[in-house]
Amino acid sequence: MIARWAIASLFFACLIGLWQLAVNAQIWSPLLLPSPSNVFIYLWSALEDGTLWEATLVTVQRLLIGYGLGILIGLPLGLLTASFRWSQDTIGVLALGLQTLPSVCWVPLALLWFGQTESAMLFVVVMGTLWSLIIATDTGVRTIPPIYSRAARSMGSSGFHTWTHVILPAALPFLLSGMKQGWAFAWRSLMAAEIYVTILTGFGLGHLLHYGRELSAMDQVIGVMLVIVMIGLAVDKTLFAPVERFLHRRWGTARG
Amino acid sequence: MESQVSATDTVPTKLVLEHVSKWFRTSSLHVQALDDVTLRIAEGEFVCLVGPSGCGKSTLLNLIAGLDRADRGTVQADGQTISGPGPHRLMMFQEAALFPWLTVLGNVLFGLKLVKGLSASERREKAEYFLELVGLKRFMHSNVHELSGGMRQRVALARSLAPNPSVLLMDEPFGALDALTREQLYGDIQRIWSQHRKTIVFVTHNVREAVCLGDRVILFSPNPGRIREEFSIPLPRPRDINSVDLARYSTEITRVLKGYVQNEVAG
Repeated sequence: MIARWAIASLFFACLIGLWQLAVNAQIWSPLLLPSPSNVFIYLWSALEDGTLWEATLVTVQRLLIGYGLGILIGLPLGLLTASFRWSQDTIGVLALGLQTLPSVCWVPLALLWFGQTESAMLFVVVMGTLWSLIIATDTGVRTIPPIYSRAARSMGSSGFHTWTHVILPAALPFLLSGMKQGWAFAWRSLMAAEIYVTILTGFGLGHLLHYGRELSAMDQVIGVMLVIVMIGLAVDKTLFAPVERFLHRRWGTARG
Repeated sequence: MESQVSATDTVPTKLVLEHVSKWFRTSSLHVQALDDVTLRIAEGEFVCLVGPSGCGKSTLLNLIAGLDRADRGTVQADGQTISGPGPHRLMMFQEAALFPWLTVLGNVLFGLKLVKGLSASERREKAEYFLELVGLKRFMHSNVHELSGGMRQRVALARSLAPNPSVLLMDEPFGALDALTREQLYGDIQRIWSQHRKTIVFVTHNVREAVCLGDRVILFSPNPGRIREEFSIPLPRPRDINSVDLARYSTEITRVLKGYVQNEVAG
């Protein structure tokens, strides 16, 4: 465990070191490539004056609400498409088609429908999450060995009980990977929306990034990018990783 | 201990199948799985259904379990037509259909939670009792994947026994196990059967296994599945699968079976 930490720390220390070396070599203008310490100074000041916190809060809130809505709608729809042929031929095909649409493509439509509002942001996030979640749920349910529900039925389980006690838990590994993918898509679509659209109800990380570019403040651009990466990592490690570890332990699929 | 040989007037009849036929239709296939099967099984009887694959013996179990419906004929348990699955007739499958998202204990509790009128502590007590019975109590907090194939089938057995069904339907439950593990389980199942007196319908293509376990061995032939012959096995219990007496019966039954099917001979 300590060795793993040591290797990881060393790796990232080396990355920062290389970055510093590149800055020292002065191949690129410092305007284009700020030093690690400059980025750190920006992050520190943005933390101190509250802009970073505020932007992070706004973004994460949008993300959670949109992602939550996506799951709330996508999960039942995925179960539906897996259960009936008619829903597979309709909703299933729709999901398959729209999943291939890059979520940034929803931004113009969202703007025209909702204007520069919070709803536009949420709409884009939901559209980014929903379709891949439907497909992951559908696949998950279809991959369950039929013997599980037969065994459960033999013991007297039926209807709703079978869904909540057999189908959903049996599909959990697929649901989780679907939710992870949905999370990544939600992040991508929200950042696209925030960079694209300025709205007055909240100033998110995407906006911070956008204004960094407008002001040619490269330390801000890189700093915000780092923050976005860190949030993504933190969510993965705190939200998904424990569930994944549990699944691996239970199902016996862990490697090392 | 001498066991009853067939359904007689003194022992109540548990299961009655009369003129049962069953077809399977898919887009490319139309096969008759069962043709005019009539069978009576007494309460507490251990009946083995033997035949090559495709003779409809698993289909028959599904009908008794209520997981499937007969196209013609009637299937009754305790004088009532079977209309669906119920906790009185539990099925045990070839692959341990244990749920990987639950622990060993959780799996045994699954069926118990579907039995009405049990408190949490009663369920727990029963689950532990049946895990003890199959010798796996100390593994109750283990995950399913940590168990060997034989242990998994033992857990599946405990899971099927725990809700106290009167009929246990076993669909080649030991088919995927190695010979040594199977022999242990023959001992276990006979011990449990004599203690708890379930009616057991046991499907296998292994004639020796059938002779070792059954009061009666019913021979099926395939395409379509029909009952061909019936053998009573009046050997004392517990039976050892390697005994010479047992071998005499299985040799005889295998010879008859070979007469009905040229390929896919069991044994």
